[in-house]
Amino acid sequence: MRLEWKTATVEKVVEETSRTRSLILSVPRWPGHRAGQHVDVRLTADDGYQAERSYSIASAPEDEKLALTVEKLEDGEVSSYLCGELRVGDVFEVRGPIGGYFVWNAKDGGPLLLIAGGSGIVPLMAMLRHRAATRASVPTRLLYSSRRWDDVIYRDELVTLSKNDRALQVTHTITREVPRGWKGYHRRVDRAMLSETAWPAGERPRVYVCGPTPFVESVANELVALGHDASLVKTERFGPTGS
Amino acid sequence: MLSAGPTPHTPLSKWSFTIRALNGKSASWNWDEFSALPRTAIDTDIHCVTKWSKFATAWEGVTIDTLLAEAARHGVTPSSYTMAVSDGGYTTNVPLADLTGGKGMVAFNYAGAPLDPEHGGPARLLVPHLYFWKSAKWVRELRFMENDAPGFWESVGYHIYGDPWREQRYSGDP
Repeated sequence: MRLEWKTATVEKVVEETSRTRSLILSVPRWPGHRAGQHVDVRLTADDGYQAERSYSIASAPEDEKLALTVEKLEDGEVSSYLCGELRVGDVFEVRGPIGGYFVWNAKDGGPLLLIAGGSGIVPLMAMLRHRAATRASVPTRLLYSSRRWDDVIYRDELVTLSKNDRALQVTHTITREVPRGWKGYHRRVDRAMLSETAWPAGERPRVYVCGPTPFVESVANELVALGHDASLVKTERFGPTGS
Repeated sequence: MLSAGPTPHTPLSKWSFTIRALNGKSASWNWDEFSALPRTAIDTDIHCVTKWSKFATAWEGVTIDTLLAEAARHGVTPSSYTMAVSDGGYTTNVPLADLTGGKGMVAFNYAGAPLDPEHGGPARLLVPHLYFWKSAKWVRELRFMENDAPGFWESVGYHIYGDPWREQRYSGDP
């Protein structure tokens, strides 16, 4: 089956942080998706110039509307439009869903270990929203690394989700300036932090790691060093370059 | 960047490369044997399915032509399709015709230095005229197949062939 380009209309824009916003979209004939998948977005300029980028889906499969969360990148020709001029009612094209590997379904069970660096939270949030929407009680831990407290995407929603759910534990670490009185982690994710917050390897958690390439490399290497089965550690690396 | 899991770090002392034929015959090289094979250097453009291209990248390795000629001495006869098998069990399928005639190699040097693990080292398949996921990182084996069959990436939504000039990104793209 071919993935056709479909027209997405922006129904709502949610400013998440100073550098990220969520776009709530209406996409006629959207075939549905699994938590963790992404879409390709295509913009066409008046002169016919086209640019395509991939974005993770933030919404749960159960949500009525498709949601993407987009981070503004320096010199990002697509993200600067999506995070800038774009208004409610604007249209662009999407193609998807894409990716059949970095996905989690509540029926897959757990325990579930989610580790995010920056906007790498987006596909993991789709998993948490799916988990909440299906009222799954899968024991879940999220370790989420952000530069600053104000850069934490979905901050309030994560508080609400974990407050109402004893099986969900959310741990933040901040790598740059911390708020006054901060008692949480204040460094990059390292082996000691993983041993304190992650499920032990013996529990054989299903692990999803998403973030910039160096973050994912480092976290995945530490998990393997801690004894996690590499075949249970699924990774999604963001980054403009690489191979 | 297409990597589905942790980066494997296979020590050179435990590394080997194998070509396996349908008739059960195979040829294997350990690292010392492999790096003693005749080398070829190429400068080429590469195209990632995630929309970037990198131009004039410099690689060095052993061409599939050279490996097949060596393997023939062990009774390894080629078939029309191959599956590249990597550390961690990841696979990708490539027709033999896209590997021979100087089109494919097992590369171990990049830009004059040993290929690092993050970029597929100690050795990766290099098939620059196809999308770069076909250039399997951490490749350890080339397995001949009678018929074309999807590998790991192709079974999770990527195109069975992957021609960048026809933008064959996802399964179903024409």
